[in-house]
Amino acid sequence: MTNLKPVDVAIIGGGWTGLLMAKEITARTSHSVAVFERGVPRKTADYASTMDELDYNIRLRMMQNTAEETITHRHSLKDLAVPVRQHGSFHPGTGVGGAGEHWGGASFRFLPDLFTLRTHLIQKHGAAKLPEDLAVQDWGVTYDELEPLYWKSEQLMGISGKAGNLRGSKIDGGNVFEGPRQQEYPTPPLKRSYASSMFEDAVRKLGYHPYPTPAANLSEAYKNPDGITRAGCAYCGHCQRYGCMIGAKAQPTNTLMPVLAKRVNFQLRTGSWVRRIVHKDGRATGIQFTDSTGEEFFQPAATVVLASFTLNNTRLLALSKIGTIYDPVARKGTLGRNLTHQVGVGTRVFFEKPLNAFMGAGELGTRISDFDGDIAFTGSENGLLRLGMIAVSSTGDSPIGSFGIMPRGASKSNWGSDWKKASLKWKDHSAGIGMSGEHLAYRQNYMDLDPTYTDKFGDPLLRFTLDWTEHEFKQREFAAQIQARIAREMGATFDAGPPARAPYNVINYQSTHIQGGAIMGSSPENSVVNRYLQHWNIPNLFVIGASAFPQNAAQNPTLTAMALTYMSSDAVIGRYFKHPEQLI
Amino acid sequence: MRRREFLIIPAASLGGTLLYTLAGEPFRLQAQTARKDGTVKVPLRFFTAQQARAVAAACERIFPGDDAGPGATEAAVVIFIDRQLAGPYGRDKYRYTRGPWVQSVPEHGYQGKENPQEIYRQGIQDLGDFASLPVDQQDQKLKAIERTRFFQLLRTHTIEGMFSDPMHGGNAGLIGWQLVGFPGPQMSYRDEIDQHFGQPWRPKPASLEQITGRPGKPWEDEQG
Repeated sequence: MTNLKPVDVAIIGGGWTGLLMAKEITARTSHSVAVFERGVPRKTADYASTMDELDYNIRLRMMQNTAEETITHRHSLKDLAVPVRQHGSFHPGTGVGGAGEHWGGASFRFLPDLFTLRTHLIQKHGAAKLPEDLAVQDWGVTYDELEPLYWKSEQLMGISGKAGNLRGSKIDGGNVFEGPRQQEYPTPPLKRSYASSMFEDAVRKLGYHPYPTPAANLSEAYKNPDGITRAGCAYCGHCQRYGCMIGAKAQPTNTLMPVLAKRVNFQLRTGSWVRRIVHKDGRATGIQFTDSTGEEFFQPAATVVLASFTLNNTRLLALSKIGTIYDPVARKGTLGRNLTHQVGVGTRVFFEKPLNAFMGAGELGTRISDFDGDIAFTGSENGLLRLGMIAVSSTGDSPIGSFGIMPRGASKSNWGSDWKKASLKWKDHSAGIGMSGEHLAYRQNYMDLDPTYTDKFGDPLLRFTLDWTEHEFKQREFAAQIQARIAREMGATFDAGPPARAPYNVINYQSTHIQGGAIMGSSPENSVVNRYLQHWNIPNLFVIGASAFPQNAAQNPTLTAMALTYMSSDAVIGRYFKHPEQLI
Repeated sequence: MRRREFLIIPAASLGGTLLYTLAGEPFRLQAQTARKDGTVKVPLRFFTAQQARAVAAACERIFPGDDAGPGATEAAVVIFIDRQLAGPYGRDKYRYTRGPWVQSVPEHGYQGKENPQEIYRQGIQDLGDFASLPVDQQDQKLKAIERTRFFQLLRTHTIEGMFSDPMHGGNAGLIGWQLVGFPGPQMSYRDEIDQHFGQPWRPKPASLEQITGRPGKPWEDEQG
């Protein structure tokens, strides 16, 4: 093991949160910052030659290599966990920028009541009405505290959108159900596709409140407060699962790296696979990593920031024996608890006319929040506590992935001449109305280390214990009814019927929104990190990212992860560096 | 090193497409390499010539050329599959392949040990002398194996070979993209996205190489 020269701050993971932390620290202090990223370097110029559906959208060339490391999954404590042998229900990224390179760009704020969800639900329903296994918590931070940090994040990325609640006044055309914003979005909404305009007309007639999806896909050229200029979106339809060839989609490589590359107190070390956070007597002393040649290093650091993907944040803490793994039976320990994903359901709608759906952007869409949170529910009499957003998105249909989509029963076989003809008939005549819903936290859904399966180094894999509950089935059934109402208003044909009550599956893509494991909270008894994302037991360790979310919102997590990173970096720079002890 | 095998196919079926040779070699086969009898000898990376003929015949039944348009033969889907199987995908270089191997619930997906190469080898052997059977018997044979992993891969790969960028070996002459009206990886629809509502807008397809002006780097060419 080679000992390296000490640095002030070692950051694990070169994605959105790690690089944002690095940018803030190197801008406002002279501390030396080193970021350790296990993947490869990336830049905008690489991306034009990667607009290839097969390698990027299907074979998932930008994602973590599951041959080297994956997770295992079981539905409950009594089941045997097996490896997720190839990517399915979510797509962890790798390389500089992490999943922030291949994301779609949806950039919402969370509803204000989500940050105090336990308090909110008890006030609304009474503790006795809540499911016994519900593990939702208050975050220890409020929407009002995060509002200016959301705004900083939106400015950083140049989020396109339209405000629906500007300092309390409701504005038609924006999301009137969102928390109050102090500022209009940095750039106007993206253009509307045919599918999203049909959705908009229909939901208006039904009395709902459509608004354009706020997106990190720029609607026009934009210069951010760091002086970084990016181009407007070209609607090329190669966005999610691809990097942007013109930098119109905010990615760490086009938004943060150009700033960091000029900083003398910054270094980025790619191909560096961090294996352990080393600690002694309640303080981190540095990190241990293996480089791409297999050589092992120890990097001493005064402060360690763990900023990898949700999965690896929890896993690395567990491998480093930091904190106590959560035990869902004894209900003891905190590390790994409150694992959440995203609840989704879709209705495929078919039209007489073609949609030219090969055009699109990662988050080009129109949506409604009329059923978000518990806006539409007066009580819990229907068994539903929370729901989510309903939308039509035009992300760019690709020729392989969209071939063979047809109404149920349009072809008896799924191969041969009749199938081919039906596929061609319905090609480019369909869209999806999707619901993205809150996934509440439950005591039985958690992460720990697998007792059997290991990664390429022989270290235990992370194990998911995760399944859907009655509440998620009800969310899907309710949303499917709303979707049917909208589909009829759109004049579309669709396959009616309630969605299947199927167990969690690791095969079909759902979203890459995996949260929890190292959650934030009010005390070491109920959380891993405090409101500044500082580890309760190790004051010189900060664990940032969506691993800190006690439960998931209906909304995509990135913007909130960024706002929390600003909150953490302000505390690290303003208070912690002057007095490197517990901030609370 | 395996003995070099070739698949001989009509040059006309390849249209203007470029065929890459064995992994990593910059050399490209072009239409001028067509032989006097109007055929092209395409070097195979994984299949034997006999295996390739069986797979090509099966792909043609899955996605037939018919009165609705061209099919798997015209698109050279078998060349696509041959290259996928020879590359990292065929060897499971990016799939988790550590044991123990246990069968689990359907929600956990394919948990088998066999990689795509192995599944094809066995599957082709089970097809027997498939290429020389009459089409109704070919259909019966495929119907009988519909639920196997081999057939599911074959079906998926046939669609991929029809509609992926021609740098991967299929979609010859952009025949698949023309069939479905996909214009290829065009750089911008900025002035089109909010136009043509309800009307088909079908720009002429172009490949990634035609658009960017340089050859792509298909994953199957990755070494190691």
